[in-house]
Parts: sequence; C-alpha cells; structure tokens
Amino acid sequence: MNLYKYASPSAFYPLAGRMIPWFGIPAVILFAMSIYFGFFVAPERAGDQNEVYKIIFIHVAAAWMGMFLYVLMAIYAGIGWAFNARLASMMASALSKTGAMFTLLSLVTGSLWGRPMWGTYWEWDARLTSVLILFLMYLGLMALWRAVDDPSRAARAAAVLTLVGALNLPIIKFSVDWWNTLHQPAAVLRMGGTSLDRAFLIPLLVMAIGFSLLFVTLHLAAMRNEILRRRVRSLQMMQASQQAA
Amino acid sequence: MTSLGPYASFIVTSYTLVAAVVVLLIIWITIDYRHQKERLRELEASGITRRSGRQATDIR
Repeated sequence: MNLYKYASPSAFYPLAGRMIPWFGIPAVILFAMSIYFGFFVAPERAGDQNEVYKIIFIHVAAAWMGMFLYVLMAIYAGIGWAFNARLASMMASALSKTGAMFTLLSLVTGSLWGRPMWGTYWEWDARLTSVLILFLMYLGLMALWRAVDDPSRAARAAAVLTLVGALNLPIIKFSVDWWNTLHQPAAVLRMGGTSLDRAFLIPLLVMAIGFSLLFVTLHLAAMRNEILRRRVRSLQMMQASQQAA
Repeated sequence: MTSLGPYASFIVTSYTLVAAVVVLLIIWITIDYRHQKERLRELEASGITRRSGRQATDIR
C-alpha cells in the first residue's frame, strides 16, 4: 500500500470522507461513557470542590486539546513552509478552527468552574492569560489565512506566526510552576505520575479520547472543505486568465 | 443520577455550552462544504474545466 499517494489532495479527499464516520461514531460513544462514569459512577463530591469538580472533565480535556492542536499546527506549518507541501499547509489552516474551538471551551468552562471555586469568573493570572493569548493566536491565524489571497504566501506568513506563537506553549504548561497563580498545579501530566484518584481519572481520560476523536472527525471534514476551496480558487484563476486572453 | 448540588447551574451550563459550540462548528463546516460545492458547480456551468480535463465537481 503506497501511503505517499495520500499526500495528494485529490487522493486524500475521498479517503477523508470515508474515514469521518469511523471517528465520529466512537467519539459520541466515548462522550456518553465519560458522562456515565463522571455523573453516575464517580463520587458525588470531591473535597472542597463539592459537585463542581464535574466541570473539570470537559475543562481539562478541552485545554489539553487546545495546546496539543497548536503543537500539531506548528509541525504542519513548519513542514509546509520548509518543503512547500500543499497538504501540510492545508492541514495547518484547517487545524486553526478546531484549535480555537477547544481553547475557547477551556476558557469558558474554566470561568464557570472558577466562579464558585475562586469567587470570580476571570483573574489575570499567568495560566489564564497565557491560554487567552493562545486563543487570540488561533483567531489571528484564522484571520491571516482569510486576509491573504495567494495560498502559498498565506502559508508562509501563517507558518512564521504559528512558530513564533509556539513560544507561548511552554509558558502555558509551566506557568503554574513559575509564578504564583490561582490555578491548580498539574495533577495528571506531571513528574512522578498522576495525583488524581482513578474514580476521577477514568472519566477525564475517556473524555480526552472522545475529544481527540471529535477533533479528527472535524479536522477531516474541514480538510475536505480546504481542498474544495483551493480547487475553486484555481478554477477562478483559470476563468480570469481565459477572460483576459 | 447523583445530585449536582447548589452549583448545578454552572455544571449544566458548562456541558450545554460545550455541546452548543461543537454543534455550531459542525453546522459551520457543513455550510462551508455546501458553499464550496455550489461555487464549483457554478464554475463548471460557466464552462471552466480543470487542466486534467476532468469535471470540477468530480470529487467525492
């Protein structure tokens, strides 16, 4: 099986269409399982957090996805820039929408958790502010892709901005260690292993896998749109040159 | 189902918002798909063909 042929947008398009249900249906099943484990199996209350801890399952999973997708976008943007690979640049462009969605969800659910726990929806502390910057980076990249007509020029500009923005990722990750923040320190992805009880860890991990599959589903659909958009653009260019001739 | 306590509105709002945003993104992607397909059909109707000679909408 020659996998390289799928680097061509024409070959990738039908493959992506066939793969969508294979990721979408398991994603829905995993969401249902996570809600079952989180709301019916896990303890009713968790220490000081009482019942509010149930927000953490979606908040943490969305935050992980927001950061992970930026890493992925930076890799694709770098490959697209270095090797002038069209499909990699399209991947980076399509990733900005789903990345923005997950980052927005982590900010909003974090605020809704923060109000009962901290007494405020928002605090300009290092973790919250750096995640807000991540969200603004996603929005800026979406605007950049739309603002530049020529896809290859847009890809180069977006790659530079994406790679510069990647400097924010270690700041997000280590902000809770480097500064005094209201935000809790890492409880799952940390040196020495997780400090979370299995009863809370299982619904969180199931939700995170569900979000990952949801991302793949949305990303495949967004990639198909991106391929169509480029085809429309090339035909419009041909139409314009025919009219000019 | 276990009780959600005095902060039930925060928990329910969080999950509802996540569902709403995901549904909105799915709708956005679907509308975008139909829009691109429509533009391809219009270009094809105006006589523009791809360099390969295949139809513009010949993609599944």
